[in-house]
Formats: sequence, C-alpha cells, structure tokens
Amino acid sequence: MQHPRRRGTQAPMHHALFFHGETLHLRATGALFWPARQVVVVSDLHLGKSERLARRGGTLLPPYETQATLEKFDRDLETTGAATVICLGDSFDDLAAAGSIDDASRLWLTRLMAGRDWTWITGNHDPGPIDIGGSHRAELTVRPFTFRHIAEPGQSAEISGHFHPKARLAGQSRPCFLADAARLMMPAYGTYTGGLWSNDPALTTIMARDALAILTGTRALAIPMPR
Amino acid sequence: MTSLPPALSDWFAAKGWTLHLHQLDMLARAADPATLLVAPTGGGKTLAGFLPTLAELGPNPPPGLHTLYISPLKALTADIRRNLGTPIEGAALKIRVEDRTGDTSYTQRRRQRADPPHILLTTPESLALLLSYEDAPRVFAGLQRVIIDEIHALAESKRGDQLVLQLARLQSLTPGLRRIGLSATVENPPALARFLSPQTTILQADPGPDPDISMLDTDAPPPWSGGGGRYAIPAILNEVARHKTTLIFHNTRAQAELFFHDLWLANTEDLPIGIHHGSLSREQRARVEQAMSAGALRAVVCTGSLDLGLDWGDVDLVIQVGAPKNVKRLVQRIGRANHRYNAPSKALLVPANRFEVVECQAALDAVRDHTLDGEPRGPGPRDVLCQHILATACAGPFDADQLYAEVITAGPYGVLTKPEFDACLDFVATGGYALKAYDRWQRLKQTGGKWHLRDPRAAALIRQNLGTIIDIETLKVRLRGHGAPLGEVEESFAASLTPGDTFLIGGQIVRYEALREMTVEVSRNPGRDPKVAVFSGTKFATSTLLADRILAILQQESWPDLPAHTAGWLDLQRQVSRLPDPHSLLLESFPHDGREHLVVYGFAGRNAQQTLGLLLTKQMESQGLAPLGFVATDYATLIWGLDPVTNAAPLFDLTTLKDGLETWLSGNAVMKRTFRSTALISGLIERSHQGRRKSGRQATFSSDILYDTLRRYDPDHLLLQITREEALRGLIDFSRIEALIHRVGANINLVRLPRVTPLAAPLFFEPGRIPVQGEGRDRLASSEARNLMEAAGLT
Repeated sequence: MQHPRRRGTQAPMHHALFFHGETLHLRATGALFWPARQVVVVSDLHLGKSERLARRGGTLLPPYETQATLEKFDRDLETTGAATVICLGDSFDDLAAAGSIDDASRLWLTRLMAGRDWTWITGNHDPGPIDIGGSHRAELTVRPFTFRHIAEPGQSAEISGHFHPKARLAGQSRPCFLADAARLMMPAYGTYTGGLWSNDPALTTIMARDALAILTGTRALAIPMPR
Repeated sequence: MTSLPPALSDWFAAKGWTLHLHQLDMLARAADPATLLVAPTGGGKTLAGFLPTLAELGPNPPPGLHTLYISPLKALTADIRRNLGTPIEGAALKIRVEDRTGDTSYTQRRRQRADPPHILLTTPESLALLLSYEDAPRVFAGLQRVIIDEIHALAESKRGDQLVLQLARLQSLTPGLRRIGLSATVENPPALARFLSPQTTILQADPGPDPDISMLDTDAPPPWSGGGGRYAIPAILNEVARHKTTLIFHNTRAQAELFFHDLWLANTEDLPIGIHHGSLSREQRARVEQAMSAGALRAVVCTGSLDLGLDWGDVDLVIQVGAPKNVKRLVQRIGRANHRYNAPSKALLVPANRFEVVECQAALDAVRDHTLDGEPRGPGPRDVLCQHILATACAGPFDADQLYAEVITAGPYGVLTKPEFDACLDFVATGGYALKAYDRWQRLKQTGGKWHLRDPRAAALIRQNLGTIIDIETLKVRLRGHGAPLGEVEESFAASLTPGDTFLIGGQIVRYEALREMTVEVSRNPGRDPKVAVFSGTKFATSTLLADRILAILQQESWPDLPAHTAGWLDLQRQVSRLPDPHSLLLESFPHDGREHLVVYGFAGRNAQQTLGLLLTKQMESQGLAPLGFVATDYATLIWGLDPVTNAAPLFDLTTLKDGLETWLSGNAVMKRTFRSTALISGLIERSHQGRRKSGRQATFSSDILYDTLRRYDPDHLLLQITREEALRGLIDFSRIEALIHRVGANINLVRLPRVTPLAAPLFFEPGRIPVQGEGRDRLASSEARNLMEAAGLT
C-alpha cells in the first residue's frame, strides 16, 4: 500500500483558481484576492445585523458581530495589501443599520477605506445610497470580470454573492465559494450569516454540473460541488 | 370530610366499585393546601386525584374553571378525558371536562379562554401559553385545584421547573389554590413534596405486592461486551409465546431496531410483534398502539416512548433488555405489566453482556429492597427563569420585586438570590451584555416602576417559543416514489450518510439515496447488513445507587446468586489482580499488543468515565506518555498509549483535573450543544419552524457562531455561566468525578500486571473508541477532500 503523500500538511490558506485568464486566490477567510490587480472582494458582510433584529422587536443577539467581521476584514486587507476593495452587496443588514452603525465601527471602517479604491455594490438588503465614503454602484466591471450582487443567468466571467452557499465535508458544515467555467459565487463574509446548502435547487440550477465548492474555515479546501 | 355527590356514590355502588382507602383519604384531605399521593400503578390514583374536585363541583356546578389537570404526555390528557367521562356521564353530573394541548384546534382554544370548562386537562407547555395572555387573571379567577400527574417524571426535567414557576404565578392569581401531585415511583417523597409546594403532606397508599422479577435464563451465556441482547432471542421468543402480551424494553432506539430486525428473522412461528419508539412516524406508532389495545399483538419491542402513559390492560410480561442503568426507570417499566391493583407485575431482565449480569443482579436487589435512585437536581435552572420572565411580560406589566417574591416560593427557586434574579431580568431586558448596545431597542422597558415589552407585537413570537423541550433537528425518512414516511432521523445522522449507505428504521433495512427538501429519500434494501444503525441514541449512565450496589456485590466472598459463568469470571479476576472496592480507586496497567494500557475502574457512569478519559489523556500527553486513545463504559475507562503510567496519584489531583476541564470545555461540542438549548430556552434565539426551514432561504445561522462570539467578546455573560453549569451536570458529569475523588481520597492503587486481566478484557471489544489527536481533524478533512477530487478526476 502506498503511503499517502503529505502534501496537505501545510495549511492552504487559499485555493488558487484560474478563471477567465486570471489567477484568483479564494481565501480560507471567505475573501477573494486578485493579485494581479491588488483587488480584495468580500460579499454579504451584513454589518449591523444584531441591531436590526433588536430594532424589530426580536431577540437581543450578542452585539459583537460588526466588531468580529471588521477584525477579520482588517486582517485580510493587511495580509493581502489590497489597493482596491469591492464589497459585493448586503454589506449592511439594512439601510438603517448603515446609518446607525456605532462610532467606533464607523471610524474603523473609515480607517480601512483610507488610501484604498473602494466600491460598495448595492444588495437587496442595502438597496439605496449609504452615508459612507467610497463609490456606490449597482454593478462593476473590471475586465474581464463583472461584479454584481445576484448572479444573472447566461452571464460569463461573473463574480457574485447573495446566496451564502455552504457545504459539508467530513461532518462539518462550512461556508464555501462555488465556481464553474462561467461564474464564481462568494460565501457570506459576515459573522452572523447563515448559509444555503449547495444542493439547494436555487444553486444547482445556476451552477454547471462540474462546478467546484471551495470550503472556507481553517483552510481552503476544494471539492466537487455537493449537489 | 368532603363527600361525593349522592348520584356519583350511587353510580359507584351500582357498578360494584368500592373506593380504596387512599381514595377516601384524598377526600378527607380535600382542604389541605397540597397533597402528594404515592400509589402504585393500577391503584386508581388519577381518580383519587379527581375525587375532591367531583365532590366540590357537585351535580350542577356554576360555570368557571375549577380544576387544572397537568400531565407530561398529550396522550394521557385524552385518555383521562375518556376515563373521567365515564363516571361523570354515568352519574349525570353537569361537569364539563376538556383537554387542551398543542393538538387542540385554534377555535377550540379560543373558546376555552372565553368560556373555560370546569376541568381542563393540559400539559405544562399549554399552560405556559395560557398564562402568557393578558386575560389569564380572568380565565383562572375561580381556579380551586391543580392536579399534577406523573409528577416525578416532570420533576426530573426543566418542564417541571417551568411548571412550578407557573404554579407560583397561579397561586398569586388565586391564593386559595390547592395542589395535588400523583406518582407511582418516587425515590425521595419529601424532596418531591417540597417540589410540589412547601406545605405538602404525603399520602402513601398501600404499595401492593412486590413484583415477580428475575433474570432470564438463557442457554448461551451473554457475550463479553456489547449491547442489544440478541443472544437471548430464542429464550425471549419462548417467553413471548408463553404470555398474552409482552413489552420488550430497550435502552436506545438503535438497539431496539437491531433487536427487532433479528427477532423477526428468528420468529418462525410468525407471532405478531410490533416496534414502537420515538423516531417512528406518528402514524406508525398509532397503528402499533391500536393493534396493542385491540389485543392483536403478542409483543412490542419498545424504548422509553412506552415508559409512561396509556394503560395496556393485557400486558402480562415486561422484558428489559440490557442493564436498566437506573432502578427507577426499571420499576416504572415493570409497572407497565398488569395494571390491576393487588396483582404482582411480572418482569424479566436480560443482561446484554457479562458485566451487565452483575448490574442486573444489583438492580434486582435494589427493587427487592425498595430503594430507588435519583440524583438531586440542584437549584432551578436560570434559563427557564429567563423564559418565565419573558412570558410574564407577555401577559402584562409586572413589578420586579413582586415577581421575585413569587418566584422564590417555587421549590427549586427557593435559593435564588435577588442579584441572580436581577441578572436574569437584565438579560431579558437588555441582553445583559458588557457592551451596552441596545439602549434604544431593549426588549423590556420600565415605565412607572413596572416592566413591560417595548414592542407589544413581540408577544406573538415569544409565545411561539415557549416551552423547555428542545427538539433535536430531525428529518423525515421516506421511501423514494412512495409517500409514506417511515420515521425520522437526526439531522446530524443524515449529514453523516453518503448515497449507498444502509441503515435500519422501523425494522427494515433501507438504502440512503438522497436528501431532498428536508426529507431523507431511501429505497428498500432487503437482505443486506445495515452499514450504520446508530441514531438518536440516548446514552444513559448507570446511576450512583446501582454503581454502589455493584461495588458491594464485587466485595462478596462468593456469588451464589450469579450465574456460574459470571461468578467464575469474577473469581479469576480476584486471583490474577483484584476486584474494585468502594473505598479505593483500582487502576490496572499492563502491556498488550505492543501498546501500554491503563484501566481506571471509577464506576462513575459512562459520561463521567468518558470525561475522565479526556482529562487523563490530556495530562498523560503533557507528561510525555504519548496516549493514543481511550474508550469508556459505565464502570471503567481504558487508555492505551506508548509508555506505561508508573505514578498515578498526580493524574488524579482534583485541581489539575478541573484546570484541564476549563481549557478543554471551551471549544467542546458538548458545550455548543448545551449552549443551543440554553439559548433557545432563555429566548436568545428562536426555534426554527418547519415551515420556515422549507422555504429554501438562507437558514438562520447556527448557534455555534453565537457561542464562539460570546466566548471571545463577553466570556462572563449569563448564558455562558448557565451553559457551563448545565454541561457540568449533564453530559460531562464532572460532579461524579468529584464525588469519586472525594470518596477514595488518597487510596489510589495502581496494579502492574503482565497481561490483560479478566475484568479489563471486555473493554477491548467496546465500540466508541476515541482517538487522541492533535491536528488530526484538519488532516482528515484535507485527505478526504483530496480523495474526493481524485475520485472526480480533478487533481
């Protein structure tokens, strides 16, 4: 019996995906890094989620998720040295959450934005203008890619978010990227975000049969998309 | 003495019924504020509970709720309604009796609030709902009595804690309220009496004759290890053929399934035998119950789902397969046979392995000596209190001091301090976080000294989440192409399946095909061994009482009561090593198969022995002894590794063990599971409703994330405190490790031996071996990912 090769012992902190002529790093954190252009993309931050739930008379969740998400974001931007940042929509859990985000978090966000080319793509949770710097767009094209919140049928070289895909491996459930020849779908980056199983019809109908799921967590692991 | 309406006495006389002494006693004590009646099954205790009510209501009572009857089972309320209806209709009393459970229709429930019946039969959960409405003071205005059936069963769980808080509420609404508790199996009547009310008097009925109970003789001796008792199937079938109706109890659903499957293969006479457990679909269970009451079944293979509940008149034999682990449960199960007062119940015990022979003997002795086990439950859990505060706010504004005064009248909450209460109130109102983030959006606000919901619309959602029963997320199992559901499996079990895996459900082997819209699709797969059969396995730990009795048996000079194979086994152990005793901790160390082994005979129950395994291997790791894994049973932990343990005492230092526990606990799955129930009960998160899960939207995120967030940013938060308390009491069972170490003190005897000992040998066949690993889990995932990619031709 052949001894298994131990090439996996070094934690792959990202999965390198060759997509429409470009190399993209799908990071274990759930962020995407495009080294050639120094671009970092994150999707579905849902900042202010606990505040929105409280406002609507629901439960009072631990109010630390904005802090936790920004800490992770900070580390990703620091490690990659990103010059350009694209937030792929649903960055805020709703427009009021964007308005009432606490001062410390707002300062932190401003510090992250300083010196970077920053784009907020609008999502279904944050459909209107947000009183915060950066440019605000419905979608963005940086050749060869189109960045938008919700995937559109028949598109190519598209990078989107919205669905919060997740998949299971070895009994553990993890948020994941989904990738086929035409499109790349991002996991939700925010701390308080649930997920949609990759075998949900909403995802199996849009992704090609040979799609990959790249799981996030302590390391980035690619598997055939469970469907 | 309160007397019965003449029409009712006449009807009893016409039927030839005479009241038992304890039934008359209940009438005599009708004015007492609280009575606990302990009477055997079949002794008419439910009627005894209702007699004072019938006497007070008389033939033609005015409208209004008089008596509330609370049972742990929905099925019981319907049954009681029928049973109580017979004398009421027979004597033409104008008394209205209705039940109210989760199954009651919306219109019926509304009408019951507007115009309540004289007697309302309900469950703690439905009562919680009733009390959460603004009109509760009106509905309960005339309430005179509350009867709690099977009170011992409720007192063991958070349902009971919730119930006594509600009783305190009711008592404030109607100060004259009198309480009755009914039970057949009580290990500590004074404790249960205090649980019911501080003013309780105990009424002990004639317990009736002792049960006829023994160990089943089999041709083959039981195997050295394992569970299920399948070796005894021929002898069991023989007993089934000799009796009218037999209940065959198992400790877990998986074992019941495996046993039922093999029983059918051996059932050459085609005796009609059914299976009944909590994972089967409701339709399937109802079918078995019906066939059972129609006398169409000769036997039912079952689990705790038949521990309580309906009277099966014709059951004349109970067989308990596997050591009962707990004497009280055994007594309850024995009581399922022969529901006639003054007739002995007949029961047989079937040990599943050699060690369980000793445990069954200990259980038989305990039943004969009338000793029952029960671990004291400790103070009332604070997550239940949080929910109670929230529910109270739904009913209307409240004064915090008054509520506190009311809460501490409930037995389990008698020791609750005001600061503890205030912390719970603060959690409900503001979230109780170190970071005060919700000033504007508090859940409760204080106006004019009274606390109330900030947003009254929140009440509907809070009501939907009342109750302390935490459903494990389950998925329905269906045959592909057919509509009929076969039953349910835990979501985590379904997650572990890959297409092609086979498992047992409802006695048949099925093949997992796919997971579709929250349903597990399977196909029939006859004639193959099931690959996996473990699901929903509640693992009971052997009670302290039984463990002590086992240790006492091991001290005997000889064992005339035990079968020769078991007595010989113990003798051999005494010759080559020694037998464990109550005053010291026996450790055996020996080499075997190229590894060093250590056996710790703690007799602390499966959960505590498992925790001990985790903590000891951690310490051995830091001492460089290179432990590789361990396995735990109810009586021992077996650890294997590369180097022998030579100095054992430092391993059992309580402070070191506790420190180890602290670090180990933090990232532990047990903690996360415990946190989930605490978060649900306390109202931090909402239950996921079937309907919402189906909608295919991104599901609510897992409570694990909240646990991790709290641990990182707010480690002293109330819910983390509660979670730690609960976990230590429950699955981790650290209290029994503490008790063990206090019991043995410095008497830790490490015996070095050249080879495996007779008592240790069965441990080598135990399933559930736990590997000790550093970064093992991640490596496992990496290699599995690699295999999947290679299988798909992608490298």
